[in-house]
Amino acid sequence: MEDILEICGKRLTNRLFVGTGKFSSFSLMKQALEAAETEVATVALRRVDTGSKTENILDYVPKGCIIMPNTSGARNADEAVRIARIARAGGAADWVKIEIIQDNKYLLPDNIETLKAAQILAKEGFKVFPYMSPDLSMARRLAEAGAAAVMPLGSPIGSNRGVKTRELVEIMVREIRIPVIVDAGLGKPSDACECMELGCAAVLVNTAIAIAQDPVGMARAFSDAVRAGRLAYLSGMPSASSSANASSPLTGFLRDI
Amino acid sequence: MYKNMGYYEICSKYKNFEWEQIFGAISEDDVEKAIASEDVGVKGFMALLSPAAQTLLEKAARRSHEITLRNFGRTIQLYTPMYLSNYCDNSCVYCGFNTNNKIERRALTLKEVREEAGSIASTGLKTILILTGESRQMSPISYIKDCVRVLKEYFSSISIEIYPLTETEYSLLVSTGVDGLTIYQEVYEEDIYNRMHPSGPKSSYRFRLDAPERGAESGMRSVNIGALFGLGGWRKEAFLLGLHAKYLQDKFHDTEIGVSIPRIRRQALYHVGTGQAGGFKAPYAVSDKNIVQIIVSLRLFLPRIGITVSTREDASFRESLVPLGVTKMSAGSTTRVGGRIVAREEREGAEQFEILDKRSVEEIKRMLESKDYQPVLKDWTCLR
Repeated sequence: MEDILEICGKRLTNRLFVGTGKFSSFSLMKQALEAAETEVATVALRRVDTGSKTENILDYVPKGCIIMPNTSGARNADEAVRIARIARAGGAADWVKIEIIQDNKYLLPDNIETLKAAQILAKEGFKVFPYMSPDLSMARRLAEAGAAAVMPLGSPIGSNRGVKTRELVEIMVREIRIPVIVDAGLGKPSDACECMELGCAAVLVNTAIAIAQDPVGMARAFSDAVRAGRLAYLSGMPSASSSANASSPLTGFLRDI
Repeated sequence: MYKNMGYYEICSKYKNFEWEQIFGAISEDDVEKAIASEDVGVKGFMALLSPAAQTLLEKAARRSHEITLRNFGRTIQLYTPMYLSNYCDNSCVYCGFNTNNKIERRALTLKEVREEAGSIASTGLKTILILTGESRQMSPISYIKDCVRVLKEYFSSISIEIYPLTETEYSLLVSTGVDGLTIYQEVYEEDIYNRMHPSGPKSSYRFRLDAPERGAESGMRSVNIGALFGLGGWRKEAFLLGLHAKYLQDKFHDTEIGVSIPRIRRQALYHVGTGQAGGFKAPYAVSDKNIVQIIVSLRLFLPRIGITVSTREDASFRESLVPLGVTKMSAGSTTRVGGRIVAREEREGAEQFEILDKRSVEEIKRMLESKDYQPVLKDWTCLR
């Protein structure tokens, strides 16, 4: 059976979204996106120069791949809203990853400003993908505001530390009706696999691919890991146990059970 | 540790520090610990700057490379300086624009600003740093605002490196479209500062020291500070620069803090103001190795800050610095007013300081690409 992620009227077969920053060149970025067979790529509007006569990052996103502008650099809802509008006016699709960061030391998102921006942009018809610190109440509010998905972080951007927020992400996956897409901090393919095993709808990876010695090989590895994790989730993961269960010390006296 | 203290008060705490003794007492073990630490802290920063760290420089450099890669990727941001005016009321002893220097003084007309902007924009650069000497009469805020309005048509990010302003004045420029402030203290040791800046408004150490803070308060997106290495002892200066950056980062979470490490040559080839032989000799020597130690120490201490290397450094040294922790470089630089549009003979001798890396934006782009780094020509979109 084909496994499809239906989101904002699109049918995606690949659940690995890829970020386009930090690569040593646009052409290498393109090769990595192709190797990952990604169908959604995020692009920081701050880096897009549509007037450039020589190099425009958008020309290097493979055809058919959805370009999701992000609001990187926004410090509050107002700036994020303005960036999203500029992106749309520039001809981008109406998908937008809301990224609002007031903390330049750890690059952790500001959930309250993110909610404000999501409310405004969803009303204006944007397909809103908010990047957030994993928090159940906030995820519910974002869903109510009309977000297309929620994007909790696994660990701080660029840290490559993996799914440090696992418990919180698991709760969100269980409770939130819209897709949960883990974004940021995934350092190894096995981290991405772990998210998919938990039942996340997709993951977004940038740094770990972009700064690998071979970004193309790493893109492929992440793509395979995401597929493996998804298949494991769909196949019904057997629950893990920390010790053998040969005897029943508490209920063994009930001979007849 | 320093809650509710201004940076002047913090600096003052180090005034009577026995620097040599304290740096000298640091062991290789202390340095190893700092290199391995996730949160280096002030003590660790001091260890990284110490003489004991010199033998561990390669190890620290590798760590610096790794941290920079994770935070900024394989990218280097490019920008270029544009001098609007060289009128100046100060007499800074090392500067070509010193008010006593008999050089041709001029301020670009708005038509010339447009011409030079067009010339820079044709290289693809979207980030510009505009500079003036310190003359509130000849390059007033109103003039800078007019220039910014013209420049906005060509660039998506405009930073200023001009005389220190009040917070209200900074706010005015922010609302006109300026998003970045660069202001160097030049030298943190106050006694040396006073000797280097004997007259003019720049002789006020305190007004300059607090300027980055006023800029951040006014809503500047990025604030870039620096020390002119060679004016004071480099260890102490680097330490106080790093501490200043940390102070700003802790106080203004949403401002991107950056540092520059310009170095003034001990043996100037010629007098930058008059073009004659001789010129200002920096009182302290700062070697290439020292500069590398400063860069990697700053990176380990403050993993997220921007680090700029200007064209004061020569081409081959700049190239070697690329993977070490640097995030921003200038390209196609000139330190003359109208350097890109005025005929060569007219501008001889009117530069602020000597440029060693004279390569064009295109050449710097190619150099970065050959080192597997992406030159970033645009990193912000003006929202005003």
